[in-house]
Amino acid sequence: MRQFEMEKRTTRDAYGAAVFELAKEDPSIIAIGADTTHNIGLRDMTQAMPDRVIDVGIAEQNMMAVAAGLAATGMKVWGGSFAPFVSMRALEQFRTFIAYPHLNVKMCGGMGGLSGSWEGVTHQSTEDMAIMRTIPGTTVVYPADTASTRAIVRALDRFPGPAYLRLGKVPFRRIFDDSYVFVPGKANLLEDGSDLTLIGCGATLARCLQAKDLLAEKGISARVLDMSCIKPLDKDAVCAAADETGAIVTVEEGSVIGGLGGAVAETLVQYRPVPVKIVGVKDVFAETGEHEALMDKYGLSVADIVCAAQEVLAKKKG
Amino acid sequence: MIAMTDRTETLKRTAIQIRRDIMDIAAHCGNGTIHVGPALSCTDIVTALYFDVMNVDPQNPLWEGRDRFVMSKGHAYPALYSALAERGYFPREELLTTRRINSRLQGHPALGKTPGVDMTSGSLGNGLSCGLGIAWALKLQKKNAHVFVLLGDGELQEGAVWEAAMSAPNHRIDNLTAIVDYNHLQSGGSVENINDLHPLADKWRSFGWKVFEIDGHDIDEITDRLRLAKTFYGRPVCIIAHTVKGKGISFTEHDNSWHSRTATQEEFEIAMKELDVQEEALGPVPLKGGVWDETV
Ligand SMILES: Cc1ncc(C[n+]2csc(CCOP(=O)(O)OP(=O)(O)O)c2C)c(N)n1
Ligand SMILES: [Mg+2]
Repeated sequence: MRQFEMEKRTTRDAYGAAVFELAKEDPSIIAIGADTTHNIGLRDMTQAMPDRVIDVGIAEQNMMAVAAGLAATGMKVWGGSFAPFVSMRALEQFRTFIAYPHLNVKMCGGMGGLSGSWEGVTHQSTEDMAIMRTIPGTTVVYPADTASTRAIVRALDRFPGPAYLRLGKVPFRRIFDDSYVFVPGKANLLEDGSDLTLIGCGATLARCLQAKDLLAEKGISARVLDMSCIKPLDKDAVCAAADETGAIVTVEEGSVIGGLGGAVAETLVQYRPVPVKIVGVKDVFAETGEHEALMDKYGLSVADIVCAAQEVLAKKKG
Repeated sequence: MIAMTDRTETLKRTAIQIRRDIMDIAAHCGNGTIHVGPALSCTDIVTALYFDVMNVDPQNPLWEGRDRFVMSKGHAYPALYSALAERGYFPREELLTTRRINSRLQGHPALGKTPGVDMTSGSLGNGLSCGLGIAWALKLQKKNAHVFVLLGDGELQEGAVWEAAMSAPNHRIDNLTAIVDYNHLQSGGSVENINDLHPLADKWRSFGWKVFEIDGHDIDEITDRLRLAKTFYGRPVCIIAHTVKGKGISFTEHDNSWHSRTATQEEFEIAMKELDVQEEALGPVPLKGGVWDETV
């Protein structure tokens, strides 16, 4: 089974650095945070261009509605706080004042998924992807590492409208390099296979690739899809996976209700009813602890993925 | 030198022990970062509450008649966990499981997980409303118990705080006391630079609260005002406690890099020495009956 190196930087750092790069080229870009600009990698940008980074203080709802006002007045807004505060505390402000008028605001949620780790449940968010996905016209992305985060920020900059990016508090495993290509609404086929397809996003992708290796040892050939963009969902890639491999396992660092698994299942049940297994946090609150240890404890170990793969395969044959 | 009462001295010793625990947690709880400055800032307040002012029964943490504490600035959990352990809610040995996997001591206070924790917190701006709800219920149940809510100054930037601040006096909820840890620092730096609170006392007064301003590190002043707040009739009290973030250890005071980080072994040892010196300055530990025990 291959191993992936732990990155030194977080996807939060990469996000802020990428926004800073864009801001140098585009005077209409403005960044915003809620006593969190330093937490989402905007320290350098704050130093270099203090007028272009707004810190409203610890006031997420204010941040969100101010972002709406800025965007309604011609600014391109990039902002964020921790994932639960962006996706839950200030949810209605995002939904009604940003998404409903389809304004150009990209909000990031740091500490996404279980990466809120030591901070505990108050700072983790296993619900954010599912919540944000229900809001019409909103792009929802969970980058796997720093290189892909940069590519995603640059791609989203050319894609007007509201977006939610889930980021990590702690460093993730490196999978990609600067050649990473991101097109909103498109999956990336990472590795092909014929018996089933593993669909992951964010920090689960490295584990999907590792599970592919373990399955290969058992003579099972798995396709791996990078579904960093869970909305708009690449329905073509999902249907092709169903047609060509006949069974699907989704793997997400969040609740098994309503997230990546929900999105994929909604498509499959309507267009390609093949066996599906949703690997994720089983409708419970997690707890305090180190990020990867939490992923192992809450149903996202490589062994859990392998097990789910064998289950769908059995159903497919049965 | 003004003679200290036994009570004052004991409280001071307890606060020193809590500061030791905070540094111990920061140095010895694995890779996770710990909110050292925020905890040291409110250590004297938490000490006064749990060891003097609040009527609680650690043997019966769910006793319905107890006073309640809501640590709305939940990121000061090391001070709370230490106070609860010192008070006997759970074994002191558990303190070093703070923030570890499979621990009862979660990354932020969690109701139902840790004996003695009266309300979940960690998402800033919500504790005053939670406290208002508890106080309201206690009144309806005709229980003579009081609710203390500890808020950060940066936390007051959350609009929700002011929703609770407006409704408590309007409903004459007088068994509720808000304590503001006014240390002028938040996560990203100075409160004044980020979103100033001035004039803070006037804000609370205009919302209908009785306001007292105190030195948040003077244990006598803290206990006196908290006791007064407990019996204050007709409207809620807000105590603005002037504090120093990182108080009690030379290198953590005023240094916001201690907002959240781990302590090295060396930093831990320096801190222990400083706290030992502070304790020695209090003199020998008095025995019951007023005889000094020179051997301790
Ligand atoms: C709703 C919410 N937003 C942001 C945070 C992240 N956060 C944790 S502590 C903190 C700063 C708090 O400042 P203050 O209230 O002054 O407390 P102090 O650090 O002085 O103890 C922030 C922004 C949070 N915990 N909750
Ligand atoms: Mg403060």
